[in-house]
Amino acid sequence: MTEASIPEKMPSRSAQPRSALSRLLARKMALVGMAMILLTVLGAIFAPWLTPYEPNLQMFDGLTIEGAPLPPGGEFVFGTDLLGRDLLTRILYGARTSLIIGVAANGLALLIGTLVGITAGYFRGWVGSVLMRFTDLMMAFPALLLAICLAAIFQPSLWIVALVIAMVNWVQTARVLYTETTSLATREFIAAERTLGAGTMRILFRHILPHLVPTIIVWGTLGISTTVLLEATLSFLGIGVQPPTPSWGNIIFENQTYFQAAPWLVFLPGAAILMLALAFNLVGDALRDVLDPTQRGRD
Amino acid sequence: MTNAAISRSGAATAPDGAPVLTVQGLTVSVKTEDGLLPLVSDLSFALARGETLAIAGESGSGKSITSLAIMGLLPPPAVRVTGGQIHLGTTELTGLPEAQMQSIRGNRIAMIFQEPMTSLNPVMSIGRQLTEAIEAHEVLSRTEARTRALSALTAVRISQPERRLHQYPHELSGGMRQRVMIAMAIALRPDVLIADEPTTALDVTVQREVLDLLRDLQRDMGTAIILITHDMGVVAEMADRVVVMQSGRMVEHGAAGAVFHAPQQPYTKALLAAVPRMGRGVGAAAVLPGGAPVARLRGLQVRFDLRGGLLGRVTHHVHAVEGVDLDIQRGETFALVGESGCGKSTLAKAMAGLVKFDGQIEIDGTSLAGLGRAQIKALRRNVQMIFQDPMASLDPRMRVGDLVAEPLVIHGIDDHARREARVAALFDRVGLSSDQMYRYPHEFSGGQRQRICIARALALQPKLIIADESVSALDVSVQARVLDLLRALKQEFAIAYLFISHDMAVVENIADRVAVMYLGQIVEMGSRAQIFGNPQHPYTRRLIEAVPVPDPGHIRPPQSRFSGEVPSPMRAVGDTPQRLALQDIGSGHLVAP
Repeated sequence: MTEASIPEKMPSRSAQPRSALSRLLARKMALVGMAMILLTVLGAIFAPWLTPYEPNLQMFDGLTIEGAPLPPGGEFVFGTDLLGRDLLTRILYGARTSLIIGVAANGLALLIGTLVGITAGYFRGWVGSVLMRFTDLMMAFPALLLAICLAAIFQPSLWIVALVIAMVNWVQTARVLYTETTSLATREFIAAERTLGAGTMRILFRHILPHLVPTIIVWGTLGISTTVLLEATLSFLGIGVQPPTPSWGNIIFENQTYFQAAPWLVFLPGAAILMLALAFNLVGDALRDVLDPTQRGRD
Repeated sequence: MTNAAISRSGAATAPDGAPVLTVQGLTVSVKTEDGLLPLVSDLSFALARGETLAIAGESGSGKSITSLAIMGLLPPPAVRVTGGQIHLGTTELTGLPEAQMQSIRGNRIAMIFQEPMTSLNPVMSIGRQLTEAIEAHEVLSRTEARTRALSALTAVRISQPERRLHQYPHELSGGMRQRVMIAMAIALRPDVLIADEPTTALDVTVQREVLDLLRDLQRDMGTAIILITHDMGVVAEMADRVVVMQSGRMVEHGAAGAVFHAPQQPYTKALLAAVPRMGRGVGAAAVLPGGAPVARLRGLQVRFDLRGGLLGRVTHHVHAVEGVDLDIQRGETFALVGESGCGKSTLAKAMAGLVKFDGQIEIDGTSLAGLGRAQIKALRRNVQMIFQDPMASLDPRMRVGDLVAEPLVIHGIDDHARREARVAALFDRVGLSSDQMYRYPHEFSGGQRQRICIARALALQPKLIIADESVSALDVSVQARVLDLLRALKQEFAIAYLFISHDMAVVENIADRVAVMYLGQIVEMGSRAQIFGNPQHPYTRRLIEAVPVPDPGHIRPPQSRFSGEVPSPMRAVGDTPQRLALQDIGSGHLVAP
C-alpha cells in the first residue's frame, strides 16, 4: 500500500547508465574482496619466488631440539609444522589446490545445479519429477559416503577430487533454483514472452536465468568455503589430495591433534580459508546488487 | 424510497454536536536522502457522526497515507506525521503512545482494506479471527465472544453464518471475505470506519452488495465512514461530502452534490470528465471492410483437470470455457464482458496460445488445427496481447527498449540498427520519447508502462490485439488517455481488438460489438447499441445496473439488490454443463434462452 501511495517521481538519470564493471569498482567492499582474491591468486602463482623453501622439504632447523615445531616469528614467519616444513610455504602452495577446488568444483556444482533446477522448475511434469526425485535421493544419501565411493572408483587426483565434490554439492543449488523457477515460470511476463512467440530456450536463458543470478551468486560464494572444507575432509580420509601435496584443508587436518601445543598450525590455514570465503562473499554481494537493475541508484 | 435515498437523507439529519474526528493541518512526510519529502500537506477536514466522507484521488494523491496516519499505522521509521493534529473526539492521536493507540485501533477506529484475502490470516478460521479481534478489546467469555462474532456475521448478511465460523478464508469467495472483514471492523461498533478502496478488488455486482451493506450498517449504527476510493461512481453513490486530493494536497472539499454538479477546481473537472459514463458511447459502429474475420472461434472449449483420491485420478473438471462461437471482424473492437471466473481471460489465453483448448480457432482465415510449430508461430504473429498489470508483464531485468524489440528479435525481423529505429518510432507513436528506451520498467509510471506494453504488441503489426483488462489497473485520467491511444491506433493500423473487461462503462465507450460471458458460455452477444440499449438476458441487465453512476442525484431502480453467489464452474467428471443455444432476436442480436 505504501508503495502505491508514495508519489511517483520519474528518476532523472542519464539515459546511458554506467557499465556494470564501473559500478562494481565504485563499491569499497567489492574492491576489498577483489584485492583479497587477487592477493591469494598471486600468492599461489608466484609461490616459488615468494619463499626460499620447498613446500615438502623437511628441514632439520625447522624443529626445536626436542623435535617440536617452531612458533611463528624468527626465521620462519608463520612457524613450521610437525615435520619441520615451513608453514608459510605450505599455505602459499596450498592456495593452488584450494583455489582450484574452490573455483572449479564449486563452478561445476553450480552449473549442474542450475541446469537441473531450471529444467525441472520450468518443465515440471514427468521431467521435473524425475529430476527432482533424483535430487532428493542425492540429498538423502550421505555426501561423505558418496564421495568415498566415487573417490574409490577413480584414482585420486586434484581434478578427480574437484569432480567428486561437484557431484556432491550441486544438490542444494538445484533444489533452491527449482523452487525459484517454478514461481518465476508462472509470472505474467513469461506468459507475455510466450505470446510474442519466444521459444523455450529464449525464455529459460534470457528471461528466467537473469532472475536467478542473485541466488546463484549467493550459493556460489557460500559454496567456496564448504568445498574447501569438504576437500580437507576427503584429504583427511586419504581420498583427497594426496600428501605431501599441501592444501589448506589437509594442513589443518594433519595438525589438528596438536592444536593445544601448536595452535598456529590450525589457526593460520583456517584464517586463510576464512579470508578467501569472506572475499568471495564481499564480491558476490556487490555483484548481486550491481546486476539488479531495480537496485540502480541506491548505492 | 431506495436505500440510497434513505441513507443520504438520514445522514443529512444525523450530524449534530461535535465532530467525531477532526484532522487539522495534517502533514505526513517521508525521509529521503534529499531531506523530508511531504506525502500529504496541510490536510484539514472534520467528520460528523453518521456521515460518509469520501477522500477521492488518483494513485499517489496521499489518500491511503492519510488513512494510515489516522490509524497510526504509518510505516516506520521513514514515514512520519510532521505537522498538524488528529482528534478523535477530544483525544489527540498524533502523539499517542503505541499502547494506547492499540486500544483505539479496532475499537473506536476500524479499517477495511482493499484486498480481503491478504488482510485475513489464511491459517486461522473465520470464527477465531473474529473472536480474537473482539477479545483484544473487551474482556468476554469464549461463548460471549462467539455470540458477538456470530451476530456480526449476521449483520453483514453472509449466508449460513454459523458454518462460516468454522471455515477458512480460502473457502470463501472474494465478496464473502470482504463481508468478513466488514464484520470484524463493525463487531466492536467503532465510531469511525475507514474503508480503503473496499470494493476495488470485487466484481461489480458484488461491489453493489457491499456498498449497499455499508450504507445499511451506517444507518443502523451511526458509524462515521471515511471512504477512500479512486472510483468517482462509488463516491457519488456513497458520500455525503467529498475531499478531492491531488499529490498530497486537498484541491476541493464540499458536499457531494456540489462537487459533482459544480466542481470549482480544474483538477476536479478533469477528473470527473475522465470518468467513463454509461450512455456516452460515441457514434455508430465502425464501417467494417469485408472479408474473412480476423479470428473465428467455433465450439471453443477449455477444461482444467482437478485430481483427487489416492491414485490422483481426474475427479472434476473446471469448465472454464464451454463451447464458445464468435467472430471478430477486421478493424472492430469486440468486447468480452463478465465477472471474475467467467472464463473470459481463459478464452484470451487460448487464443494467444497460452492454454490448450478443444474446438477450433481460425486466425486470419486459417485454422490452427493440424499446423506445424513454425506455421503456428507465424500465424500467431497476427495476434498480440496486452495484459492487465503492465509491471508484471514486463521483464523487470530488461531495458524497455529491448523489451519492445523482443518480438522483432524472436521473429528475426531486421538487423540491430533497424530494429532500434523501429522501436524508437514505436515509442514515439505511443507517446513516449525515444531516449527513454534505455531505462528499466520500474522507472516508469503505470500509464507509461502500459504504453510500453502497447508498443510491444504493435511491433509485429498484428491484425488483432487482445487487451485483457488492460486499463483496469490505471487511474481514470490515465485510463482515458490510454483508451484514446488504443482508439487512434485502431484507425491508423486497422487493428481489431478483443477487449476484455469487467467494466461496463468502459466497454460502452469503446466497443463496437459486445459479448457477455457467464460460467464459460456466452449468454448475449450483439452490437453495442443492442446490448446496452436493449439488454435481454437477466445477467446482462444485472451487470449494467450494478455499475456505479457518477451522479449523486441518480436514483437507483428499486430492484437493484442481488444476493447469492455465482455457481462454481467446477463439475464432477461426466457431469457436463448444458450448452446454451443462442437465438437471434433480430439483426445479429444473439441471446441465450
